[in-house]
Formats: sequence, structure tokens, C-alpha cells
Amino acid sequence: MNAGTQTHAVDLARSSVRELNATLHALKEGSNASLWRVANPGGLHAIAAGLDAPVTVEVDGPVGYYCGGMNKQATILIRGSAGVGVAENMMSGLVQVEGDASQAAGATAHGGALIIGGNAAARCGISMKGIDIVVKGSVGHMSAFMAQAGTLTVFGDAGEALGDSIYEARLYVRGSVTSLGADCIEKEMRDEHKAQLFERFKLAGVDGEIDPSEFKRYGSARQLYHFHVDNASAY
Amino acid sequence: MNEHIKPPAAPRTLPRESATFDAYTMSEIRRAAATGIYDIRGAGAKRKVPHFDDLLFLGASMSRYPLEGYRERCGTDVVLGTRFAKKPIHLKIPITIAGMSFGSLSGPAKEALGRGATAMGTSTTTGDGGMTQEERGHSQTLVYQYLPSRYGMNPDDIRKADAIEVVVGQGAKPGGGGMLLGQKISPRVAKMRTLPEGIDQRSACRHPDWTGPDDLEIKIEELREITDWEKPIYVKVGAARPYYDTALSVKAGADVIVVDGMQGGTAATQEVFIENVGIPTLAAVRQAVKALQDLGMHRKVQLIVSGGIRNGADVAKALALGADAVAIGTAALVALGDNDPQWESEYEALGTRAGAYDDWHEGRDPAGITTQDPELMKRLDPVRAGRRLANYLAVMTLEAQTIARACGKSHVHNLEPEDLVALTIEAAAMAQVPLAGTNWVPGQDGRF
Ligand SMILES: Cc1cc2nc3c(=O)[nH]c(=O)nc-3n(C[C@H](O)[C@H](O)[C@H](O)COP(=O)(O)O)c2cc1C
Repeated sequence: MNAGTQTHAVDLARSSVRELNATLHALKEGSNASLWRVANPGGLHAIAAGLDAPVTVEVDGPVGYYCGGMNKQATILIRGSAGVGVAENMMSGLVQVEGDASQAAGATAHGGALIIGGNAAARCGISMKGIDIVVKGSVGHMSAFMAQAGTLTVFGDAGEALGDSIYEARLYVRGSVTSLGADCIEKEMRDEHKAQLFERFKLAGVDGEIDPSEFKRYGSARQLYHFHVDNASAY
Repeated sequence: MNEHIKPPAAPRTLPRESATFDAYTMSEIRRAAATGIYDIRGAGAKRKVPHFDDLLFLGASMSRYPLEGYRERCGTDVVLGTRFAKKPIHLKIPITIAGMSFGSLSGPAKEALGRGATAMGTSTTTGDGGMTQEERGHSQTLVYQYLPSRYGMNPDDIRKADAIEVVVGQGAKPGGGGMLLGQKISPRVAKMRTLPEGIDQRSACRHPDWTGPDDLEIKIEELREITDWEKPIYVKVGAARPYYDTALSVKAGADVIVVDGMQGGTAATQEVFIENVGIPTLAAVRQAVKALQDLGMHRKVQLIVSGGIRNGADVAKALALGADAVAIGTAALVALGDNDPQWESEYEALGTRAGAYDDWHEGRDPAGITTQDPELMKRLDPVRAGRRLANYLAVMTLEAQTIARACGKSHVHNLEPEDLVALTIEAAAMAQVPLAGTNWVPGQDGRF
């Protein structure tokens, strides 16, 4: 934050999510950089959803569903855990969760970065379309289901059916993978992938602490890209 | 007996085809045996099911007087989204254009839909694959679909939309996802969907970040937050359990509910799905209306009915059963020029006929509507096709008004079930109106 940063405080025990979001939506691009400290989120839903300005929102506690949904430009820091669909369909910006995230974290998101300090539950990165997700813990089953583009980096383990029906997204997992989903295979980790992974470490602020070669890469075998009788059992 | 005289040939029976193994069924068995993959096609259920044709209006008589055909006013306008949205939608006619994806339809077709609907003061709807400039630019009122695939979904387009339609299901395939075959994944379609070009694309059947009505309530809250509670939020369901689906949509906070019956069109779905899953439109309307009535929400949460709507009589019947508006897909495409006999020789070359062409997924539509082929697309002039759609919508509206006036109604929404009788016991039971000439409503003991 530079010297011109204005800090505002919003207490969700006193004002509503509607009031908070209406205020944040009124901030237009080019308006002064500002920092919004949100207290007492208490697991409320749709906190800081639909932002479209380069502001920073720090939420002090756990959030409910869809925090930072459809985010553009904003940086949202959650000092707690996040409910279902954190940063769903994000376009750009950064959403960071200090705790764990529930299901469908980063679902369908087109861009920006989602950093999860703890674990993410099932379907992390489902239908992702370009976002970069870094999970410092483990991810649950069906993560990166139908993942189209972007990267999912997992420092821990991945549950069952990782990358089922995956398209062109890239998955990097350091720990074990319970099982791979249909059409998802392990792929060679070349230098370009290590370089890409290193960029993700930077995003998560752990560059230099982890060695990219400890990770395995997974992606699409591209065998289900065309309907074919021999694949019938996989449909 | 003289050995040289043959006995008369025993009379033979005529060749007889099986009703069970009819010619179509056998052709399908042969097709399946040859290819090993299910049949995919466009359009809705082709089998005959109880429909609005099985209902009749009673018109005026001694105890009901009609309105003067061309003199007395018969309103057709409808307001959608009055429950929570700050900016409800006002339409001049109760006939909307259903969601049809860009990808399944060409850009010029989307433009033509926008032009025709706008000329008549009604809305169009996007579809799987996102919002195009052709459609936004030419539609005064545009409903933006929120589908499981979320292809092309972005907050800028949501803000440009006039309403949002959360698609839970479609009548042609309740419980099914989408598919768009490689031939139609042109560079533009691929880019909008973030997919490789030319692949056979599947779209999910379930939303990625919510399951069930309790989650949907939170999802709707999020969409309202993102759009500052301005835009009406519709929930579209395929007709399966319309009573409960309607009630649960109300609970989840919908402003408008769209119920799509099994005759409803699709761009591409398995034939077995189209013909065997879901219930007819006729069977769904009264259940949906009953759910709204039981919750005290009829006319507060608006109901749009679709699936096999073809003319003003269908519109009037849907409204009389309690719908607020209808939506059309297939009929709108036909109005634009789909399946037109002028392309007969080309349909024959594709192994079909004008009127039966349903391989919309293959992208070779001679009429240039269900295609992404730049040459075929040019065949559709969006201005002229838009005009045809506007004409057709005008005719449907006049027809619905004609019936409403005959029943003595000064607004099409004043039509009511009491204006209707049924021709068949099935239709009487489904629509909960008496069998014609009787006062018998099968099953009228409050149970479905
Ligand atoms: C070519 C085509 C594409 C369609 N695409 C979608 C879609 O993307 N999303 C959706 O909810 N319904 C889609 N539908 C279904 C329509 O929205 C609508 O429910 C149906 O067409 C209504 O029935 P009707 O065709 O008998 O009028 C499509 C239908 C057609 C014919």
C-alpha cells in the first residue's frame, strides 16, 4: 500500500453484506487505491462478490459461500476459512484464503490467482477456465473436474478422480494422488513446466522454499475429445 | 386327381410391419449396430404426447359476453420480475424467445432473433456459450443464461443483461448436460468457451458450485449481490417434478420460473433422452401453477411455459392454465427459415426432408441457422429473417387476443381454466379441466 492508501473499516455485525458490496461496487477504476477492513464476517455469503476495482479487501474471519465471486481486479484476503465456491468465476485479481476452503474453490474462474493456505475440499478448480490456483495443503476428490485452462498447484495430496474429463488445464501435485479421473494422465515435467511452477510459487510467496522437481504434472490424454465407440465406458 | 392341375395357391396375408418394431425402430437398431454410439439430434420429442391440441376454449355464450373483435381492447403486456428485482422487465407481448446457444446457432441467427423480438417488444435469451454482440446489440431486452458449463460467463456481460436465467434443466433433457460436436466448434466458438477448436464438447449437467435448493438460494443471493439487486432472476427447469421444482425455486428466491416440457427443443441431445425423459408441457403447467397458488405466489413470481408452443391458441391455453408468458425455440427457428422447403434438394442430399431435418448438431444446416459454417451462415439475412420472426410473433399475439376476446377477456391474462375443456381424458386429467361435454375432471381430489 502506498502513502495515498485510504483505509476504511466495515463491521458486518453492524452493517449488511449488501451495504458493503454496494459501497465496493461504487468504487470505479482509477479511484484511489483503498484498503477495506471487514470485521465480523461470521460466515456470511457473497462477501465482496462482483468487485471491479483495484482495491484491497481484508476480511477478518471466516466467510460463507462465494466470497470474491466473479472478482475483477480486487485483492481479497480472507483471514479465516472460506465456504463453498470462493472466488468462483473470478476474472482477474487475487483472492487469498489463510485457512481452509470448502468445495468448488475457484470454480469456473477465468483468470486471477487463488491462494489457499490450508486444504481445499472436493471439486477444487472445477471447470476452471484460466485461473491459477495454489493450494498449500491438499485437495479433495474430483478436483479440476472438466478443467479447461489455467493451473492447479497442490503442495499436499489430491483425492480421487483428479482431473476427470480434463481439457487443457495443467495440474501440479507434490504429494500423492488417490486416483486420476477419466482422460487425465501424468505427463512429463519439462523445464517450461518447472518454470511455470516457479511462477506459481512466487504467487504464493514461497519461491525459494520449495523445489519444483518434487512435483508431478498431470493433464489431458485428449482421448475423450471426440465421441467414439471405444470410449463408451468413459462417457 | 389329375396330377397336372395345381391346387389354387393358398391366399397369403399382406406384408405386415410390427407396431413395436416399426420402420423407424429398425432403422435405429441398424444405425446403432453399425456405429456403436447413440443417436444424437436436435429438436424436441417427436412422439405424440398429450398437448394443448387436446384442449378447447368454450368461448362466450349466454352467461359470458365476448369483446368486440377489433374495437375493444385486449391487453397483452406482461411484467416479469416483480418480486425482488429493482428493474423488472416489461414486455409488450407474453411470448419470449427461449435460450438458444451461440454455437448451436450462427451469429446471424442470433441477430435475427434479436431483431424480431425487439420489433415486437419482447425478450431474447442467450444460451450455453455466452453472450454475443450480435444478440446484445440487436435485443432490447436480453436474458442472460447462467448454465452449469459457465462457458463465456463473465461479470461484464451479467451487468449488460436485463435479467439472469439460472438453468437447472431443459425439457428435452432434464438431468442432461449439453454437447456441441466438433464441426461447430469454430475458432470463435472455441474462444468464447475456452476450449480447443474442433473437439466434441460436453457441457456439465450439474452446476459446479451448488447442489440443491438450499445452495441455490445462496447462489441467487450472490447473483443479486453482483448485480446490486437490479435484475430479475429466473430459474429454468425441465418438466419433471414441476410442483416441487416450482415450489423450491420460489423458496430459493426466484423472481420468475421457466418450466420447459419434453417437447421443448434442444440443439443436440441423445434421441433416447429426448424421447424418454421428462413430462409433456401440458402435464407440467397446472402443477407449476398449483405450487405457486399453494404458496400464495401466483402472479407474484411469474411463470413462463415452453415446449411445443406453435401458435396463438397454444399461447392462450398456457396463459389460461395460469402461465404469465410462454417461450418459443423451435417455432422461432422455423419462422427464421429453418426446415424450409426451399432447401428440399439439399435436405435430401443430407438424407432427410424439409420438416424432418433435425441434425442441427452437425452444423450443415442448409438454411444457415444451426451452423457455424461461414458460407452457410451467409444464407440467412438477419434483417429479413428478423422481420419474419416479428410477423410470426404478431400473428401469434393476434390469435391469442382473438381467443381472449371471444372469451370476453380484456387482457390475455384474464383467461382462466374455466374457459377450457379437454378433448381427451388424459388431457383433462393433466390440465385439470373437464372433459368436453361433461363436468368430469379426472383425479380432482387434490392429488396429482
Ligand atoms: C437450437 C436450440 C438451442 C438451445 N439451446 C439452449 C440453451 O443453450 N440453453 C437452454 O436452457 N435451452 C436451450 N434450448 C431450449 C430452449 O431454450 C427451449 O427450452 C425450447 O426450445 C422450448 O421448446 P420449443 O423448441 O418447443 O419452443 C435450445 C433449443 C434449441 C432449439
